[in-house]
Amino acid sequence: MGLAWGMTRISVSVDGIAYVDEVEPRMLLVHYLRDRLGKTGTVVGCDTSNCGSCTVHLDGRSVKSCAVLAVQADGHEVITIEGIAKDGELHPMQRAFHESHALQCGYCTPGMIMQSIDLLAANPDPTEADVREGLEGNLCRCTGYHNIVKAVLTAAADAKAAR
Amino acid sequence: MKPFDYQRATTPDGAVALVSDRPGAVYLAGGTNLVDHLRLGIVGPDLLVDVNRLPLDEVGATEDGGLRIGANVRNSDLAAHPAIRRDYPMLAQALLAGASGQIRNAATTAGNLLQRTRCVYFQDVTTPCNKRDPGSGCTAIGGYTRYHAILGASEHCIAVHPSDMAVAMVALDATVAVLGRNGERSIPVEELHRLPGDHPERDTVLEHGDLITAVVLPPPLGAGWRCTYRKVRDRASYAFALVSVAAAIRVEDGRVADSRISLGGVAHKPWRAVKAEDALRGAVVGDESFAAAAGAELAAASPVEGNEFKVPMARRTIVSVLRELAGQSGESR
Ligand SMILES: Cc1cc2nc3c(=O)[nH]c(=O)nc-3n(C[C@H](O)[C@H](O)[C@H](O)COP(=O)(O)OP(=O)(O)OC[C@H]3O[C@@H](n4cnc5c(N)ncnc54)[C@H](O)[C@@H]3O)c2cc1C
Ligand code: SF4
Ligand code: FES
Ligand code: FES
Repeated sequence: MGLAWGMTRISVSVDGIAYVDEVEPRMLLVHYLRDRLGKTGTVVGCDTSNCGSCTVHLDGRSVKSCAVLAVQADGHEVITIEGIAKDGELHPMQRAFHESHALQCGYCTPGMIMQSIDLLAANPDPTEADVREGLEGNLCRCTGYHNIVKAVLTAAADAKAAR
Repeated sequence: MKPFDYQRATTPDGAVALVSDRPGAVYLAGGTNLVDHLRLGIVGPDLLVDVNRLPLDEVGATEDGGLRIGANVRNSDLAAHPAIRRDYPMLAQALLAGASGQIRNAATTAGNLLQRTRCVYFQDVTTPCNKRDPGSGCTAIGGYTRYHAILGASEHCIAVHPSDMAVAMVALDATVAVLGRNGERSIPVEELHRLPGDHPERDTVLEHGDLITAVVLPPPLGAGWRCTYRKVRDRASYAFALVSVAAAIRVEDGRVADSRISLGGVAHKPWRAVKAEDALRGAVVGDESFAAAAGAELAAASPVEGNEFKVPMARRTIVSVLRELAGQSGESR
């Protein structure tokens, strides 16, 4: 082997920029983002789709980028943690995490924020239990869940006040 | 990860032809199970046929008043679908009891049915496992058995099927539409998965190249029925079932007129509890009948060392679910 395995061309929009690339079919989306595009804001925390730290949005919905092949993103739109701030302004969820001290080592934070945005999109007015359930696929090894939940509830309340 | 070729199927027939012609080819849907397995080296296909562009992502009414769910409908979309929430709430509950938001956004209906066991030895390529490597032995027997079968296992494999969704589909008498080399056929979900017997490497009755195109639900159970899905696990969320129960009953004049019960986490397939259903038919509503029904089903249970606790757990869960449903009966669903 070694020879003859094809490369596949993909066209994908990442954080608003269109890319066309040749990738090996076995390349994970998270590796494409990190190694090919240099978008190292998205991190890898486990080897079996468990921890959620690699969460990105694919066509507006959260997925684990370590469980998606880069070829599956062809023709689709990816938003990473690096693409949610607008014009130098933090995304409201980023601000809420900052203000609620919702990070300790910060490793889980990109995934937590991306999943929290998805959570509020599906359920703009969640209870604390809804938030805990909505974040069930994201593990924080510093176990800072309390402030993370607080941050999401704060972001939800802020968004409601602004409506 | 071993290298492989990759092709996007554009028609169902084309997909079937691509996979049928190549022994080392597999279908790729959401990838949430397959990609893990590629990374762990559990499978080593030489071609992935991506089915995501096939037009199989619709939920639509059938002529007889049921619902046809395309194979590519995502688990999160299915759980949120108005017709599912209204007419098949047990299925929505089962879907939401599984995995996490990110996984459900990617996971498909067909992929969920065909997800493979979570037996830790199956996932660890350094240990013998008859399912991964036929004839090598079963490390689970005599090992860590907390998540293993108490019904229908064999001396070659005691793994369980991990899907929550499939347990509800079995209770609902759903069928899968399959496209193969020789055309289309329909298989009850209950008969899709097999017991391990002498061939634990075969999870289902499907042949190489068979493509699931849809799951078909019969018309909703209707007035007088109540149903629910309950999952018992080691923590409140984000864990596979130790035992789960999908149940529906219809009570008339203090007696169980009809019921549907299936169990998850107990066997190599979603387990339709026919003996319990038979025992309940016409029985006076109450704990005595419910315990007798659970006992009738579990009489054949043969746990292994380390998972004996699942037999009383299954019994108590069945009784508790039936009690809950009977307490609310009279209203619809
Ligand atoms: C962390 C984690 C937790 C989880 N927890 C739960 C849980 O609690 N309960 C639960 O039920 N599940 C759980 N899951 C499993 C999840 O539900 C499955 O991974 C998912 O449903 C698989 O769907 P997919 O579309 O991603 O399948 P894929 O990974 O793409 O495919 C799975 C299999 O199906 C085959 N296949 C796919 N589509 C077709 C088709 N149309 N025809 C024929 N073959 C096909 C593939 O070849 C492959 O063998 C969990 C998964 C993870 C990673
Ligand atoms: S129970 Fe089945 S899947 Fe698990 S090690 Fe034994 S043979 Fe393999
Ligand atoms: S790195 Fe993707 S879930 Fe852990
Ligand atoms: S803050 Fe350290 S892992 Fe969550």
